[in-house]
Amino acid sequence: MLNFTLRRLLIAVPTLFLIGTASFFLMRAAPGGPFDNEADLEPQVLENIRAAYDLDKPLMEQFVIYLGKALQGDFGPSLVYKDFSVTELVAIGLPVSAKLGFTAMLLALLVGVAAGIVAALRQNRFIDHAIMAMAMTGIAVPSFVVAPLLALFFGLYLSLLPVAGWNDGAWQNMILPVIALALPQVAIIARLMRGGMLEILQSNFVRTARAKGLNETRVICKHVLRPALVPLVGYLGPALAGIMTGSLVIELIFNLPGIGRYFVQGALNRDYPLVLGVVIIYAALIIFLNLLSDLAYAGLDPRVRKSYR
Amino acid sequence: MTVLLECENLAVTFDIDQGQINAVQDLSLTLSSGECLGVVGESGSGKSQSFLAMLGLLARNGRASGSVKFRGEEILAANRRRLNELRGSRLAIIFQDALSGLTPTMRVGEQLAEALRCHEAVDSAQARARAIEMMEIVNIPDAANRFSAYPFELSGGQRQRIMIAMAMICRPDVVIADEPTTALDVTVQAQILRLLDGFRRHTETALVMITHDLAVVAGLCDRVMIMYAGRPVEMAPTATLFDRPCHPYTIGLLKSMPTLRNDPAADLPVIAGQPPDMRKPPPGCAFAERCALAEERCREERPQLRQVGGSQQVACHLVSA
Repeated sequence: MLNFTLRRLLIAVPTLFLIGTASFFLMRAAPGGPFDNEADLEPQVLENIRAAYDLDKPLMEQFVIYLGKALQGDFGPSLVYKDFSVTELVAIGLPVSAKLGFTAMLLALLVGVAAGIVAALRQNRFIDHAIMAMAMTGIAVPSFVVAPLLALFFGLYLSLLPVAGWNDGAWQNMILPVIALALPQVAIIARLMRGGMLEILQSNFVRTARAKGLNETRVICKHVLRPALVPLVGYLGPALAGIMTGSLVIELIFNLPGIGRYFVQGALNRDYPLVLGVVIIYAALIIFLNLLSDLAYAGLDPRVRKSYR
Repeated sequence: MTVLLECENLAVTFDIDQGQINAVQDLSLTLSSGECLGVVGESGSGKSQSFLAMLGLLARNGRASGSVKFRGEEILAANRRRLNELRGSRLAIIFQDALSGLTPTMRVGEQLAEALRCHEAVDSAQARARAIEMMEIVNIPDAANRFSAYPFELSGGQRQRIMIAMAMICRPDVVIADEPTTALDVTVQAQILRLLDGFRRHTETALVMITHDLAVVAGLCDRVMIMYAGRPVEMAPTATLFDRPCHPYTIGLLKSMPTLRNDPAADLPVIAGQPPDMRKPPPGCAFAERCALAEERCREERPQLRQVGGSQQVACHLVSA
């Protein structure tokens, strides 16, 4: 198991290198540049700025310079947010997004898993149909509809919670964005959990467990739940990475200083170092969380554990 | 010999999208202690479903009606709690596919011990000791270590032995073996059958052997019930059945068995045709379509199971008492 983990971490290095390289050249291949939005710069001024950021050098040379600095942990200055380095922007934005995302996922797991189990145990009854209808709604209604509605109702109409803002992560400010982030995840998790349960409930070994005379609670807890979690675990890794690196929509609507908006703004403004920095962090998170989810598989299923030697 | 299981007019139906399937009908039988009953029929003849129904193990869309009594107590309508008390401790079942029949995420020893612990007041050390003892009885080598093995770490034969040990660990009165050897190769088959037979002889357990292999029946069972299209068509002591089969279906089955006297060059005789569609069962004898002797009456009127000779029962119009 330790070997497996180390091997996977080792493979992550070339993977990250490839992702970084591809993003670097793709960004440069896109038309436009970081200073196109500045109003009518003198050609000489533009020339000076480009030289200051090494943008006048041949592309390969820029790549080597970037790589050299990145290996030392310096992802360069942001070209648009003046006076901020990429590392600083990430240090400001990532904790906000990660805190929101992680809380939302935790909530989604609690509610989604419970709803999925109840739906599966009452298959085709009223409660099952109700849960699945809500789940379909949760998947179908986009967050740019849900988030303003939440703000409108709880913020303006009931005046219970702040409409927007971060306020250093006070819990009152977190409630609405966390709910808006969690809703679609609840829906997906509930569906995955229900599907996993229904499949396992039909299997021969559950019939064996019942034939032993075990009561239903024990059958579910000891024989059904663990194998039924497997489809969910595969989804959780990438989903957590996605939700922790921020959602542009939620961050814009609730005016939160997360990393999602930097990413999108960076891409629109051709802020090369910022986009690259965020892409590499996102990739590293995905790789790491996928590893965690593979380790969780091994925890659930001894057959997988054995294949990890 | 005490009567353990009495089953009267058992019927099993499944609700499906296009209506209903009558998987089992008019099944009546008794089973006494120490007896071995063979139940023979092709796939879909209802042989497994009838016994699953007796233990309340039908799939969600299945329903059973009629009467099943265990030691005089009606169990078909029993509540879940009473059923759980009986299942595993008094009435045990061995399923055919031991690979999918054991929980893949649980150690086999725990699965064994669990069967004991839910019926008897033993602590975990005692349960563990009994589980290992059972594993030794069913000839699992190095049982103490194999206790913590997972199902995928055992061979097919060993998994089937675990299933048998699991069924036997509470010394049940009735054991239903649902094709326990179909998934195994022939040499392992023989060992498993010997094991089951040994158990029955030592413990006075009644054994129901569900199979489509007549050779298994001949070697093991006292009595045989032949099922076709959800109904018993013939029931007789094993020797009588092989000497003097009455139902044309039974005769066909026996003829299609390879023996040492068969001409190796000749094709084995087969029963032509298919069993009827269970969604639209014919009004008369279900076997009439495939029966060379069928008359007008066979297609119109369903034959009832009736006594011929001393201990033989047949459902066929053409057999005279």
